[in-house]
Amino acid sequence: MNELVFFINNVVIAGSVTGSIYAIGAVGVTLIFSIMRFAHFAHGDMMTFGAFMVLLLASAFPGAGSAFGVPAALVLLPVAMALTALLAVGIDRAFYKPLRAHGVKPIVLVIGSLGVTLMLQGLIRLFSGTGGSSLYVDDRKEIFRLALPFEGVRAPVVITEPQLWLFVITLAAVVGLHFFLTRSRLGKAMRAMSDNPDLAQASGINTNTIVAVTWVIAGGLAAIAGTLLSLDVTFKPDLSFFLLLPIFAAAIVGGVGHPFGAVAGGFVVGFAETLAVFNWSVLLRPFRDSLPEWLTQAGNLAFVGTEYKIVVPFFILVVILVWRPTGIFKGKVI
Amino acid sequence: MDTKRADIVAAPSRLPLREMLLFVALLAAVLGVYAVMGGAYSTRMLVEAACYAILALGLTIQWGYAGQFNAGVMGFVALGGFSAMFFSIPINEAFWGSELPGELGRVLLYMVAAILVVLGATRLDRIGVPKRLRTIIAVVLGVVLYLVVINAFRDVTDQIESRAGFIGGLGLPVGVGWIVGGALAGAVGFFIGRVCLGLRSDYLAIATLGIAEIIKAFLKNSDWLTRGTATVSPLPWPVPGPAEVGFTLARAMYLSVTAVMIAVIFFLLSRAYHAPWGRMIRAIRDNELSAAAMGKDINRRRLEIFVLGCILMGIGGAALGSFNSMFDPQGYLPLNHTFLVLVMVILGGPGNNLGTIFGAVAVYIIWIMSEPLALFLMELAVAFGEGAFGWEAPTNMDSRALQARVFVIGLLITLVLRFAPKGLLPEKVKHVA
Repeated sequence: MNELVFFINNVVIAGSVTGSIYAIGAVGVTLIFSIMRFAHFAHGDMMTFGAFMVLLLASAFPGAGSAFGVPAALVLLPVAMALTALLAVGIDRAFYKPLRAHGVKPIVLVIGSLGVTLMLQGLIRLFSGTGGSSLYVDDRKEIFRLALPFEGVRAPVVITEPQLWLFVITLAAVVGLHFFLTRSRLGKAMRAMSDNPDLAQASGINTNTIVAVTWVIAGGLAAIAGTLLSLDVTFKPDLSFFLLLPIFAAAIVGGVGHPFGAVAGGFVVGFAETLAVFNWSVLLRPFRDSLPEWLTQAGNLAFVGTEYKIVVPFFILVVILVWRPTGIFKGKVI
Repeated sequence: MDTKRADIVAAPSRLPLREMLLFVALLAAVLGVYAVMGGAYSTRMLVEAACYAILALGLTIQWGYAGQFNAGVMGFVALGGFSAMFFSIPINEAFWGSELPGELGRVLLYMVAAILVVLGATRLDRIGVPKRLRTIIAVVLGVVLYLVVINAFRDVTDQIESRAGFIGGLGLPVGVGWIVGGALAGAVGFFIGRVCLGLRSDYLAIATLGIAEIIKAFLKNSDWLTRGTATVSPLPWPVPGPAEVGFTLARAMYLSVTAVMIAVIFFLLSRAYHAPWGRMIRAIRDNELSAAAMGKDINRRRLEIFVLGCILMGIGGAALGSFNSMFDPQGYLPLNHTFLVLVMVILGGPGNNLGTIFGAVAVYIIWIMSEPLALFLMELAVAFGEGAFGWEAPTNMDSRALQARVFVIGLLITLVLRFAPKGLLPEKVKHVA
């Protein structure tokens, strides 16, 4: 049973955590992809920016959380979301909109977003330094240890406070987005524009507003994802580069343009990563006596070492591009 | 039809004033650097700029000729550097004298056999196995064989690491490593291109970004092959080294080697550009549908040009790696080896080989000179801040100042795309009325 607890800790919980973060990031990427038709490479850095804003605010108001009994970072998250949304709209106005107005190919926008990536990265590192720092400025990270009520189980299931918040906020964000896209007028207009921008414009939808709303949503979600990731581990200015590939893989797996596909894709990629680096020989240990010797002797049955984690999203990306380039939910943009 | 059809590429009829002005300015800048920094330093800068020019030529045919955006130049550069290292450094007797080469060969044979078995399993439907069953068999076989082979492989590589350090080199002439480096990069490019080139161009950017990180991770963590973070040095040069003839002369000789390479590549590319093949490539770039309607095999041509560009990047990376005389997988950074090359190409003029070479040399000079400049400006800002506001500067100011260059490169990319999308020396395409 201890092995099962180990499995829950290392795969179920870790996979859900990475999966949720990839899911929130991929939703933003997929929305931008479907409205503006380009792969937004600066998304990872918008996540870092959101987390950095939270770090700054939490350093300025360390006591903000105690009034509500939650970490200060969470109380300040909405402010950081607004700031990141503002940044996203500003970046669009300053860099992407003129390019769009020139009628360039989408790939030029991709290169432009790479330029924006570098600018954001440079700015964040200029102000934060290159080291890591914790978002828990003044309060403590709670760790819950749940002992399972079975005989012979010694190891508890470990889950931390930010991870619980992560699940709650992910769920809230996804449900909220669902109602926004299906019930509200703006959400419907967004879906119309993603289906057919010309027709949407002809039927009186203000495409500029839709673009701005998309950036606001994408920026807000990016701030959530970045902050929750930094709460779970630590804040580092170069978080983003390692997030880009999994997030794009998740968006493509889910079918580009499908927010729910992106959520599913995020969990697929997140769980694939944790399952691939999990050492499966641990699970074989209880059956040591009944298995042939060569199988139990194998010390390390992990598919890839943790240092090669980045291979997993790439492998998924290649498989999905070969096997089904539209993604599992039949995305619109190919 | 006795009148010769006008070529759609403009003939250089006018005096190329713009080119001449820009190159004279560049020459003045180079001479200025020589005057200020001394011969050895400036020659080193020029050699590196020449290697970057080869990389930029590789990217300009991908982006400028064919409109494919490769966001993972770094990976191909690293492959070239690895190949230059592996073929040129001396043989490691501690490895070849033991039974380890046989063990390694056995595992590699297993690997090939496993791949063949899995490939065979994917063809099982030809002999009447239902397709669904075939897929299940192939996947299960793949997973099991992968685990078996990778465990055997880990055992052997651990042995190599503990007993011989790493497998050493092959002790061959440097040129062999450069050529194989190009071939390796081309092979990886072929794989990526096969997967992505039929799809939207964004997917190629995502995939190349990923493969570059994977190549770097592999080279960094395969201590048995590359000594990983311990780095390998010195790498031999194709010309007499600094120890024999002095820094300036050795570097100058290296520079002439790279200059000859650039001249050959430039000549071949210009020929290809003006040939029917080049016209076809540009036709596909400018209007894919009409090119397809003319019966051109678009995906095949795209694959050709992508692989060609990757080969050039591999060769350039190998030349750069040999010149650095040290193989350090951690030294390969997206900023220095992907985005810098991108700036060179889009600033110089995508699709214009001369413009690309100009861009490479000019941007590299700016890049090298910006380091002391950034540090100086940062110190100035700190002194001002301390004097005026009593602000206490953080201690790691040096590393932060260098981050300002990241910002500048990003700003440069966005500004060039916005205000000079065709670069300083635009590609010359005459429109036939």
